[in-house]
Amino acid sequence: MKKILTFVTFLIIITLNISKVYSIEADVFVQSTVNRAAKTLGGNLTKEERIEKLKDIARQTVDIDGIGFYSLGTHRKNLTTDQVSEYKKVFAEYFLKSFSSRLAEYSNPEIEVNSKRVINKNYTIVTSTLVSTESRPEVKIEWRIYTKDSENLLIRDLIIEGLSLARTQKEEFSSIINSNNGEIEALLKNLSDFAAK
Amino acid sequence: MKNFLITSLISVMLASHVSAGTDGENNLSKKVGPVRDCFEGLNRVTFSLNQGLDKVIFKPVAKAYRVLPSPVRTGTSNALNNLSNLVTIPNNILQGEFKKAGINTGRFAVNTTVGIVGIFDVAKKIGFSEYEKEDYGQTLGVMGFGEGCYLVLPVLGPSTIRDTAGSFINILGGDPWYNASVNGNNEYLGETEYMATKVLTGIDFRAKNIDSFENLEKNSMDFYASIRSLYLQDRQKKIANSNVTTETMDDGDWEEIDSK
Repeated sequence: MKKILTFVTFLIIITLNISKVYSIEADVFVQSTVNRAAKTLGGNLTKEERIEKLKDIARQTVDIDGIGFYSLGTHRKNLTTDQVSEYKKVFAEYFLKSFSSRLAEYSNPEIEVNSKRVINKNYTIVTSTLVSTESRPEVKIEWRIYTKDSENLLIRDLIIEGLSLARTQKEEFSSIINSNNGEIEALLKNLSDFAAK
Repeated sequence: MKNFLITSLISVMLASHVSAGTDGENNLSKKVGPVRDCFEGLNRVTFSLNQGLDKVIFKPVAKAYRVLPSPVRTGTSNALNNLSNLVTIPNNILQGEFKKAGINTGRFAVNTTVGIVGIFDVAKKIGFSEYEKEDYGQTLGVMGFGEGCYLVLPVLGPSTIRDTAGSFINILGGDPWYNASVNGNNEYLGETEYMATKVLTGIDFRAKNIDSFENLEKNSMDFYASIRSLYLQDRQKKIANSNVTTETMDDGDWEEIDSK
């Protein structure tokens, strides 16, 4: 009996430790992602190499599919299965291109992670500051981190000075669909054209 | 007579659009409904016109302004911010924010005197809290008036019916700087000084945002829609007077994705 108890206790401790080892705090996750991006941007790489590295970082740390579905807003209910798979493909290409080209403009950005605020079990907001330079003022950046799977945290939104990039994208997509008589195909074409630019 | 006409116009605009804040389509939106773009066709034309003006005039001027030494730009920006206290303070009072009104009055007094007409932000150095601008559009929002339709004004850019009405209040006596310079009937200040501060405010704003606008334009498929979204989000955040950004955001769509 004593042996069984010891064994069970041992198992519990091991399990707890494992979950502790693999779960990561949202602020640490953001800092580590920022450090990876800064290392890429500050390194001696060509612009093309930088962009490829940044895309890799995005694939590992951003919930691209989640942001894609969010950006569709109410239109996502009207998609056929084929359109869903086509959308996922073109959105990922669009997102990675847009994300990497936005970031590639910065050389060695300095971001300080300041605090975090747990909204609920699924989301934590991490607050950080992009340190000012001669040409630009200090910028407050908040990160919406999806924490449902504590072992695989993902970025779902960047809120820059209170303005949500995901929401801006959602409203941009909605405008494109609405100005084309509600046709999702128009959005798919715009996304493909952007990615091919 | 002129004032009466303007007041009537504002009343009609507000009364006819006070409930236009939502089109009732987005059931998930619990906090704020979408703002209607009732004049989208005309707005897009005005937006293109503004982009043309920006390309030819404002952007080159803003770029030249950026060449000025950093202390000159900071001093100009500080002085313009200091002047904006004259509109912020009455709006603090109208919104019932008496403590903020007191702080901003102190800030204005310190910066105008010790800070030499606001060129130096002495108040910040001695520990005053971060300055937050207020205007009559925000006050109307706090009072419960809906945004009305989205508008793009020639030269001035994005606005809403409510914010445009708020701007009219400035020239109806709500802006002490306007009253002193344009209506002041004195030999030191006039319309030129008032206009100069407004133009400088525009150039200062444009210069601070050259890179971000360029980046946004380059990465937008519909630049007009992106600017509209950013403007409306910014106004919503300012009216809520909240630093907790998620308070002004609708989480409905995220929740729906998670539940799938």
